[in-house]
Amino acid sequence: MLLRHRRPWDLTENDTTPEALWASRRSFLHGGAALLAGAGVVVAASARAATPAGAGGIADPGPGLGGLPLPGITPRPDLAAPEPLTPWQAVTTYNNFYEFGTGKDDPARNAVGFKTEPWTVTVDGDVAKPGTYDLGRLLFGIGQEERIYRMRCVEGWSMVIPWVGIPLAELLKRVEPTGDAKFVRFETLHDPKRMPGQAWKVLDWPYAEGLRLDEAMNPLTLLATGVYGRSLPPQNGAPLRLVVPWKYGFKSVKSIVRISLVREMPGTSWARQAPQEYGFYANVNPQVDHPRWSQAKERRIGEFFRRDTLMFNGYADAVAGLYAGMDLRKWY
Amino acid sequence: MVLIRRAPARPLIAAGWFPRWLKPLVFLLALSPLLWFVLRLGLLRPGDPVAVNPIETAIRFSGDQALTLLLVSLAVSPLRRLTGWAGVMRLRRMLGLFAFFYAAVHLLIYAGVDQFFDWAVIWADVLKRCYITVGMVAVVILLALAVTSPKGMVRRLGGRWWKRLHALVYLAAPLGVLHYAMMVKADLRTPLLYAGILAVLLLLRLPVPLRR
Repeated sequence: MLLRHRRPWDLTENDTTPEALWASRRSFLHGGAALLAGAGVVVAASARAATPAGAGGIADPGPGLGGLPLPGITPRPDLAAPEPLTPWQAVTTYNNFYEFGTGKDDPARNAVGFKTEPWTVTVDGDVAKPGTYDLGRLLFGIGQEERIYRMRCVEGWSMVIPWVGIPLAELLKRVEPTGDAKFVRFETLHDPKRMPGQAWKVLDWPYAEGLRLDEAMNPLTLLATGVYGRSLPPQNGAPLRLVVPWKYGFKSVKSIVRISLVREMPGTSWARQAPQEYGFYANVNPQVDHPRWSQAKERRIGEFFRRDTLMFNGYADAVAGLYAGMDLRKWY
Repeated sequence: MVLIRRAPARPLIAAGWFPRWLKPLVFLLALSPLLWFVLRLGLLRPGDPVAVNPIETAIRFSGDQALTLLLVSLAVSPLRRLTGWAGVMRLRRMLGLFAFFYAAVHLLIYAGVDQFFDWAVIWADVLKRCYITVGMVAVVILLALAVTSPKGMVRRLGGRWWKRLHALVYLAAPLGVLHYAMMVKADLRTPLLYAGILAVLLLLRLPVPLRR
């Protein structure tokens, strides 16, 4: 197979085409689709709403949207997906967060008023500095970055989201994993009083996810605390969530209360729910279908036609090496 | 379990009750979810989740409506049985046609908008994805029933064959519910609700004597 490796310094068409030009082509495409779809008004409108970076180079949700801007964010254009952002409106109203209900619009409704202060995170297992830390203390002094990542849901839709957060590696270095640690396990808050979706056992609560230690230490792996330059809204996993852009969205566990360094591959929620459908790795892979649907294409929110899904969601250069020699059909 | 011990001495609703406004009203009620959905798409209220992934939402919505209307049309004869209201039978064909209509919309959005008439992918889906196979069989049955729904067809097929053919609705409805149950990721509550209602509607058809 011929693989063309794009170096970080290589320019793409998007870099070299004036923005006005591709914007007009996009709206032309969307316009054509609109006539065909009947629903196209919506598609074109949401595409128009895609927001460019605001002052200081940090993405802006648009007038009147979102909370107060977070201070001191360093943009990382070198890691940014060169595609238009998915509008704030879509990012914050179309969510899979079963702790707040299984409908896409449930979390935005049911998470209103979810209290994230105070918030503690327990770090345990094979670390030199275990403990239950206040979130602010745990992250204190680690520089926040803006990372514009593609997000590919296992269901076949995708978004481009300007996250704010810190590399997970920075936090792990702070708590000092011992030589025995091979995996990192993450756990979401389990509190049915505050998370009404947990009243029904759709999944085996608390939601648990995991990464191999080298995946966790990869510079792309992010612990997000914000989106669009603002604090995370609760429906997006406030106050602390994982973002692993080359894996399906369900790996990016939300509202984290426990991070454990462990020796064995931890059990993860969806893999326990349907082991033949969801694996531990869950790398985005257009060649390995979900048993019930194809993963070859995806619908980018705001677009009409499905687009090709990229190997490792377009992050192959940075992460393919982690899986050298592994049969990705077996380790799905 | 005896579901119905005896027919009501006096029908709850007069057997012949069928005011002129009833059929147009039921027609509007059956159509209103579609009108409501189109209105939501057209109004573009900011923050309406319909606007975020309209194609996916439309597929789910039309599938839900197809199942609902199918269950409603299957409720017609038990309703007559329980209440003695024979006039309700005059609504049955229209309700069944609405079920087919929503199922057809469901299929057309999937094939025409979601997959954009990519026949190779669609055919592969039908063969490979079990829930799509099951759904497709249900739609084909509903199509056959819709085509043979005019009164003239009863004559042409002969009453007995027509009845046999239309008994296939007892296959289409469970297949439709199964199709839904097979495609959800984890939350089976809604498909189970449909299955429960369907089970009750089928149980009500058991030949329990109505009169002593």
